[in-house]
Amino acid sequence: MEHIRTPKVENVRLVDGISSKKAALGTLYLTATHVIFVENAPDTRKETWILHSQISTIEKQATTATGCPLLVRCKNFQLLQLVIPQERDCHDVYISLLRLARPVKYEELYCFSFNPKLDREEREQGWMLIDLSEEYKRMGLPNNYWQLSDVNRDYRVCDSYPTQLYVPKSATAHIIVGSSKFRSRRRFPALSYYYKDNHVSICRSSQPLSGFSARCLEDEQMLQAIRKASPGSDFIYVVDTRPKLNAMANRAAGKGYENEDNYSNIKFQFIGIENIHVMRNSLQKMLEVCELKSPSMSDFLWGLENSGWLRHIKAIMDAGIFIAKAVSEEGASVLVHCSDGWDRTAQACSVAGLLLDPHYRTLKGFMVLIEKDWISFGHKFNHRYGNLDGDPREISPVIDQFIECVWQLMEQFPCAFEFNERFLIHIQHHIYSCQFGNFLCNSQKERQELKIQERTYSLWAHLWKNRGDYLNPLFRDDPSQTQGTLHLPTMPCNFMYKFWSGMYNRFEKGLQPRQSVTDYLMAVKEETQQLEEELEALEERLERIQKVQLNRTQVKSKQSEPSKHSGFSTSDNSTANTPQDYSGNMKSFPSRSPSQGDEDSALILTQDNLKSSDPDLSANSDQESGVEDLSCRSPSGGECVPGEDSGKDRDSDEAVFLTA
Amino acid sequence: MEFSELIRTGQAQAELLRGPEMPPLRGTLCVTGHHLLLSPGPQATPDLWLLLLRSVDSIEKRVAGDAGTITLRCKDLRVLQLDIEGVEATLDIARSIEALSSLESVITSFPFFYRPKGLRLGESWHFHPPERYYKRVARETRAWRLSEANEDFSLCPSYPRAVIVPRTVDDDALARSARFRQGGRFPVLSYYHAPSGTVLLRSSQPLTGPQKRRCAEDEELLQAVLAGARPGARGFIVDTRSAQAAKQARMTGGGTEAKSAYPGWKRLHRPLERGRPLQESFVHLVEACGDLEQSMDRWLSRLDGCHWLSHVKAALSTACLAAQGMEWEGACILVHGAEGTDSTLLVTSLAQLILDPLSRTMAGFQELIEREWIQHEAPIFLLFLDCVWQLGRQFPLSLEFGEGMLLALFDHSYASPFGTFLCNSEKERCLCEVRTRTHSLWSGLNQPKEQRKLRNPLYAPNPLAIWPSVEPQSLRLWQGLFLRWTHPPEPSEVAWEKVWQIATDQEKTEGSQPTDSASEPQP
Repeated sequence: MEHIRTPKVENVRLVDGISSKKAALGTLYLTATHVIFVENAPDTRKETWILHSQISTIEKQATTATGCPLLVRCKNFQLLQLVIPQERDCHDVYISLLRLARPVKYEELYCFSFNPKLDREEREQGWMLIDLSEEYKRMGLPNNYWQLSDVNRDYRVCDSYPTQLYVPKSATAHIIVGSSKFRSRRRFPALSYYYKDNHVSICRSSQPLSGFSARCLEDEQMLQAIRKASPGSDFIYVVDTRPKLNAMANRAAGKGYENEDNYSNIKFQFIGIENIHVMRNSLQKMLEVCELKSPSMSDFLWGLENSGWLRHIKAIMDAGIFIAKAVSEEGASVLVHCSDGWDRTAQACSVAGLLLDPHYRTLKGFMVLIEKDWISFGHKFNHRYGNLDGDPREISPVIDQFIECVWQLMEQFPCAFEFNERFLIHIQHHIYSCQFGNFLCNSQKERQELKIQERTYSLWAHLWKNRGDYLNPLFRDDPSQTQGTLHLPTMPCNFMYKFWSGMYNRFEKGLQPRQSVTDYLMAVKEETQQLEEELEALEERLERIQKVQLNRTQVKSKQSEPSKHSGFSTSDNSTANTPQDYSGNMKSFPSRSPSQGDEDSALILTQDNLKSSDPDLSANSDQESGVEDLSCRSPSGGECVPGEDSGKDRDSDEAVFLTA
Repeated sequence: MEFSELIRTGQAQAELLRGPEMPPLRGTLCVTGHHLLLSPGPQATPDLWLLLLRSVDSIEKRVAGDAGTITLRCKDLRVLQLDIEGVEATLDIARSIEALSSLESVITSFPFFYRPKGLRLGESWHFHPPERYYKRVARETRAWRLSEANEDFSLCPSYPRAVIVPRTVDDDALARSARFRQGGRFPVLSYYHAPSGTVLLRSSQPLTGPQKRRCAEDEELLQAVLAGARPGARGFIVDTRSAQAAKQARMTGGGTEAKSAYPGWKRLHRPLERGRPLQESFVHLVEACGDLEQSMDRWLSRLDGCHWLSHVKAALSTACLAAQGMEWEGACILVHGAEGTDSTLLVTSLAQLILDPLSRTMAGFQELIEREWIQHEAPIFLLFLDCVWQLGRQFPLSLEFGEGMLLALFDHSYASPFGTFLCNSEKERCLCEVRTRTHSLWSGLNQPKEQRKLRNPLYAPNPLAIWPSVEPQSLRLWQGLFLRWTHPPEPSEVAWEKVWQIATDQEKTEGSQPTDSASEPQP
């Protein structure tokens, strides 16, 4: 609280997004966890909530006649401009936000005050939802070749690794420890995924400390042990996900990569994913393109290409595809590393897992995948996503890129994933929100020390509870479609990489498709299910009635059921009817601009905690999103099924339709 | 002329390569008057492969040893490779294909020979006569009338016999206005927007020439349009050329409406590409999409270099502008470029899709194409289909037809067994007796067995205008078309099947309630 210089400023104007021309007048509040803007308009009192932890940059812009503009960029790609009448207020807000957006202690983060009103038992159960030991069992471990090792008990060997690790049976503690001393940050080769169809593994590690000529017998034995653990194959791939030049440069610092001559039967391969600094700059450049006002097609395509973003996404995908093919087609085990083995390695392993194993393409399986390859193996969430104030050079959109790879795959294989785009967007949101404890800290060890599980809630339980919102209606859970590897086209497929406007322009609702196939189909599916249940109940009843030889009039109840097939199409109509500026710079039609009615906001200030756990609502941006939010929520709660009101709406629309 | 004169050899043994995902097909290759067919022999009869020769765009032949290879580039963007036994056979077949695929004559084309079972000749040519729409407008508005001034195509060979014009303008005035417009395309009604009482018109450029000629009847006609809408109504002329290009057109006898001559009308210039540059843009894009060596590093700039997406953006923006002028400004809109037969039609037909819920139904869309489009075998028609695809992507529930319909229209526009897209004007169609001697495409597409491919099961009538986003982030490369032969189609086909399954599951549970969607537009 001591950081809030002014808790409330009146007569602030909010311009939400890039394309928005309209400023809303309202009051700005600063709380310990949120920036809240409440519109003055008495009929709506629309609220916009921004978590401090989402704030990426705050920019004070030149004062204008109307006030002092403050540009707030968020890590979930929201962009807000606040125009504050008084320079002094603006400065106070600016200084307060600078501090609030950069907490110095974990305890300042939202998850330590967030209370979803669950009791202790529910919270504990939430943390147990995703269980990695179950996951290794599912892979078929332990078996004759792989065992659970306690070598890292109490994080004695490697403090950024989990304590529970699978290693080849033939790798003794001596070999593991020896190998760990020859690897950056002591991140020795350990199992990430076991592909039981071919009895081969994907292992991960950091780079070897080979310099120009150093060797380590134990490390060589370790790789040998991995090879032996898949008896069908006489070599293993070592995939270095870095560009060759970077790897070579590391040799000068006493690090580097494996020399094929020193290791028996390895095949060495570079993939060429750039480092975190290149990725940070690339994202920055792409976001600048996203912020262009009415860009031409050329501005956009050139800007996107110059950012290199999609090229980087492709490099990550290529790494995953290479590994997946080696494992499934060549039947060879793969050891993956980069420098420290916690960024590119996590990306490559998890993409490969997603391609190989249909389980990871389910809702729960995807949570497991992130838990396994990212959380447990010490991906530095705190540093990469700037949860606490730290070195800005450590920040990089590493998991964002992975999440985008998943989206690119979903676009390619619309029926292969159990979850939808919203699921990905919400996970991305919560990686930055710090509302749940899952992504706190840089390692399992730190989380344990902070007693995260006792003091915060798990995102996975929250997502699981609302899973109805996250299902992909097109998911085909029949074996022929979902079991086994996703086969990407063999030819180079540049065309499949598309700009993800649903993520990077997600708050520019005007740019998104105005009707959602996913929501529509989910609603249809749910309704079909209800109807089937009703029908079943009615049939049972009919049977009973016939038995008792009752009067047939009672069967009529079927006809008095609420009307079906209603309400889906109406929600979009209001958004459909909001034209944009097509006239470009020429003022062709100066007389009036399309007036747009605002939707009701469902938010009430006091319901802080519950409401803001939904990223769509906490960022409730404009009147168009209002509609989408409502529609996206309808499948979750049973009471939100289209009712009679929406049925009436449709009738009236049809009347218009017929007279047209 | 006999086809047999052009067929140098009837048969050869050949192998068709079908891309990396499919095994090659072996069999006997035959050239017939209209087709190329590959029959795998009696043991595997059903696997017959067939190509309409008219869809061959270019042919390359290569011989080596005692075999040859023919590469066919088709207008539907397919590239086919045939390995043929025998050098002579290869060369003969290549020459036959060259000769047959470049036949100019309309009446020897396949539609005049195509007699499918289950369809009656002459049937469904009257599904969508423009007259019906015009009569309806005339009845509703009282400001417009149907004129038969063009009965013998003497006013305008590219207009239908019946046109709809302001009630207060007589046929003599129409004739004079026609003489003042290129190709005789005087301003006629394209669409009546009932909610605002305004109209969308199209024409060709006025023949003002370097002397800045005027035509009193043409001016009267446009004046009458405004008067018919409501007193004091305004109008916008959307010229699909740049102001400079319109001015330059005066040197060759064309031009654009002078401000002083048409009070109440304001001119807007929205340059749209057409003709050769558009064709080149299309060719470049097809090349880029087929270039498997292309690296990711330069893909986006190459895509940009094709300009195709810029054309999509420009076309949609202009159509939105026209539609907005009607719905939000209550203004009448006249669209024209030079000839008024390409980008003009693109704008008028897209504006209708945006504004008019009926044109988004299956039947309404067919009627729209019948009414607005003249030349189908042109990239401008493909640009139209692409823009419609973009609309469908942004409003996936609002079009009754799906991507399959747009792809079918694309295929049939270049090579079709049906007669609907033959000829380039109403006059030619009458001369060739297309309506009595060929089958209508709509009769083929409206068969029940085609519906699952063509219809959008998610369709729910949307009574409002659909305003698309024209920002670059919202427009995408139409993969279903441009990558259809290089990309495995299975994932999207499976998805489409699943969508249908969910939709039909619901219909089943709801009881045998028939969908009303296949019905024709309400009168």
